[in-house]
Amino acid sequence: MADLRSNLAGIVSPNPFWLASAPPTNSGYQVMRAFEAGWGGVVWKTLGTPITNVTSRFAGLNYKQNKMVAMNNIELITDRPLDENLAEIRECKRAFPDRAIVASLMEVCEQKPWWELVKRVQEEDIDGFELNFGCPHGMSERGMGAAVGQHPDLIEQVTAWVKEVARVPVVVKLTPNITDVRVPARAAKSGGADAVSMINTINSLMGVDIDTWNPIPHVDGKSSHGGYCGPAVKPIALNMVNECARDPLVGLPISGIGGVEFWQDAVEFFLLGASNVQVCTAVMHHGFRIIDQLIDGLQNYMDERKLATMESLIGGSRDRITAWDNLNLNYKIVAEIDQESCIHCSKCYIACEDAAHQCIDRSVIGGVAQLRVDQAHCVGCNLCMMVCPVDECITMVQVDTGLPPESWKERSRKTTVGTP
Amino acid sequence: MTALGDSIHKSLTELEVKLEANRCLYCYDAPCMNACPTHIDVASFISKIAQGNIKGSARDILSANPMGASCARVCPTDELCEGACVYRKDDSPIRIGDLQRFAVDWAMRSGDRLFEPGAPTGKHVAVVGGGPAGLSTARDLRLKGHAVTIFDAHDELGGLNTYGIVPFRLSTEVALWEAQQVVELGAEVRAGVRVGEDVPFESLLDGFDAVVIACGMGSVPRLGIDGEDLDGVWDALDFIERVKTGTFAGELGDRVAVIGAGNTAIDALTCAKRLGAERVTAYYRRGESQMSAYGFEYEFAKQENIEFRFFCMPLRILARDGRAGAIEFARTELRQGALRRVEGREFVEPVTAVIRAIGQSRLEATLNAFGVETESGVVRVDDDLATTRRGVFAAGDCIYAKGTREAMVVEAAEQGKLAARSVDAYVNAERRNDG
Repeated sequence: MADLRSNLAGIVSPNPFWLASAPPTNSGYQVMRAFEAGWGGVVWKTLGTPITNVTSRFAGLNYKQNKMVAMNNIELITDRPLDENLAEIRECKRAFPDRAIVASLMEVCEQKPWWELVKRVQEEDIDGFELNFGCPHGMSERGMGAAVGQHPDLIEQVTAWVKEVARVPVVVKLTPNITDVRVPARAAKSGGADAVSMINTINSLMGVDIDTWNPIPHVDGKSSHGGYCGPAVKPIALNMVNECARDPLVGLPISGIGGVEFWQDAVEFFLLGASNVQVCTAVMHHGFRIIDQLIDGLQNYMDERKLATMESLIGGSRDRITAWDNLNLNYKIVAEIDQESCIHCSKCYIACEDAAHQCIDRSVIGGVAQLRVDQAHCVGCNLCMMVCPVDECITMVQVDTGLPPESWKERSRKTTVGTP
Repeated sequence: MTALGDSIHKSLTELEVKLEANRCLYCYDAPCMNACPTHIDVASFISKIAQGNIKGSARDILSANPMGASCARVCPTDELCEGACVYRKDDSPIRIGDLQRFAVDWAMRSGDRLFEPGAPTGKHVAVVGGGPAGLSTARDLRLKGHAVTIFDAHDELGGLNTYGIVPFRLSTEVALWEAQQVVELGAEVRAGVRVGEDVPFESLLDGFDAVVIACGMGSVPRLGIDGEDLDGVWDALDFIERVKTGTFAGELGDRVAVIGAGNTAIDALTCAKRLGAERVTAYYRRGESQMSAYGFEYEFAKQENIEFRFFCMPLRILARDGRAGAIEFARTELRQGALRRVEGREFVEPVTAVIRAIGQSRLEATLNAFGVETESGVVRVDDDLATTRRGVFAAGDCIYAKGTREAMVVEAAEQGKLAARSVDAYVNAERRNDG
């Protein structure tokens, strides 16, 4: 059996699945339930000066019958006194000493309050700190959260202050609401961070109720931008995780966050360079019990592939991501439609006809549409395969061009003139 | 016991509607649309339901099929749209009929006006018969701006929808709503008027720019056996009409025999059962695989505890106390496709009522009096539904010839649309000639 034990910059947990700092880790009661269910670690709901929340707070993005393909929230950090949170952390750690408890912190940008908060919190037996430089709403207007995360110099400064007094590893949580995630990640590194976690939520406005014209969610008719998360943000998170994982100037372990619901999502984060993953929206949707799906799926996947440890998985695809101009221009694939499993819905045809390269021939024989790919002209864009409702009905098959691999970079070197 | 008026159609819940509408793939040039005789853009109307645009959905349905409300109840969807659904093979087909009923029911409840008549053309068309074909013709002619007068022998419009389909499959209310939509578009109605008797057909030719014959078919033919005129022997359509209009005062007793195994026979059988007859049996001279009722109708009848007896042919109806009291049957068999009586296997079944449901007779004499050519009582029409008489068109069951067209409401609706297009082209050409 594969060993799922996880180590993020010295923070160990029995499995690589943590709960992100968010509503599910708001209280000792919840964290106890999470640990009973089997979660490897939690990042406690951000500690700091207690705030007052508004109602309502969350909104979901639905796609057809699928609820919550994404959500956003305008909830703030903990609204309970620090002492209360710390007492509960103590209780949870006592009950589950093998699990990781990481304290998420947020403070104003001054050395003294940060020092005081760090010192006070680490009186408890916590495994690490996560600095919340990402929260995009509410706290940022007060000079905290994303307001720090959007200024690399502040990231570096605050991280350095924390590191001056912290006795446990420090993880810096990054906001995606920036242009190049590597810049704040490098700043965290300069400040002495032991790891980075990403992504925090993305600035978003979930929508407008077209009956009342109120924003969604609304607080007495008004709203403010919120933080976007859930399955729909995963591609953004994967890209940021990988950009940091590949950047030699970052060179820190990464805790991946953003849209993990199924074990496959976690595997993707690991392959692209994350050491563990943090989950929130999926738990908000289905409860702590999904940990069984995550662990069991990952365990079987690793066993089938004879991957003994998490280290054998982490970063496995990391360096397969590169700049566009390194891609092989002579690699060619074309679509192929399996006539046996085709259900003749013609979705591939209309997609190719109207939005791609007009390479699917359609003829109606005996009232049934017959669909065939004009492989001589197919550009291998994948669109038909993407819209086909039947898995494996349309596959992309490689065509031997007889040409050696050649990237744009290589090709443009050969020619004196040429633009992409 | 199931009440007579309890619809066999259960409305979808809101959740079912949402799930089902979202399950639809929104196929391109969808097979369901092509399988529908009226070419309802099914993918579009279902997508509109999914998007909460029920009004647009209902308009999609009813613009393609003026009989969309009744078709959502009586169409053999298994053999049409749902039979062609791409999900049929690997999953269950989308419940297109149920979704259509949902959208049209919404329109019925809302009372929103979905269509407006076209600008007046000054042309006036007579439509003989206010059943599905006639109503469909009239609706589309009104959309084109032609004045329309519908002549119908009954007091109410709707034809077989109103009078000939049992209430638990198609209520009078739905049939009349559908007719009312045409009336609200400005069609004039002359109800209770029998063309050829109360109004000479020739007067229509004089008073109108074109005539569309959509008079359907006649009563159930006689069996041609002894005892047929006894009390307790019914014509299935007459029986259903009386039940539906609440004027059935006869006694069925507890043993009802229905002769025939088509869709009208199923209606008569299940109707008799719901009226309380203890034992209701279909007698059919051929076998199960030859019966003309749709598979789903047959299944429905069996669920309603109807008995089916195959390969038996009535020889005579025997009287008891001056009423039908028994039927003597002969056994039959099929040999190389030919039906033969098996001698010496006669048997007698006690009955308390007999309903004959062996199809419908042709209105040959009436049609001949209209001066249009017929063939075996079927009006002869060209591809544009023009009869042999200039300015006279025909649609619906009166042009239904076995093996060529299907006698379905949806087919009648499509023919009505085609007749309207042809009439429109005809009167416009006439106008140009006049000009």
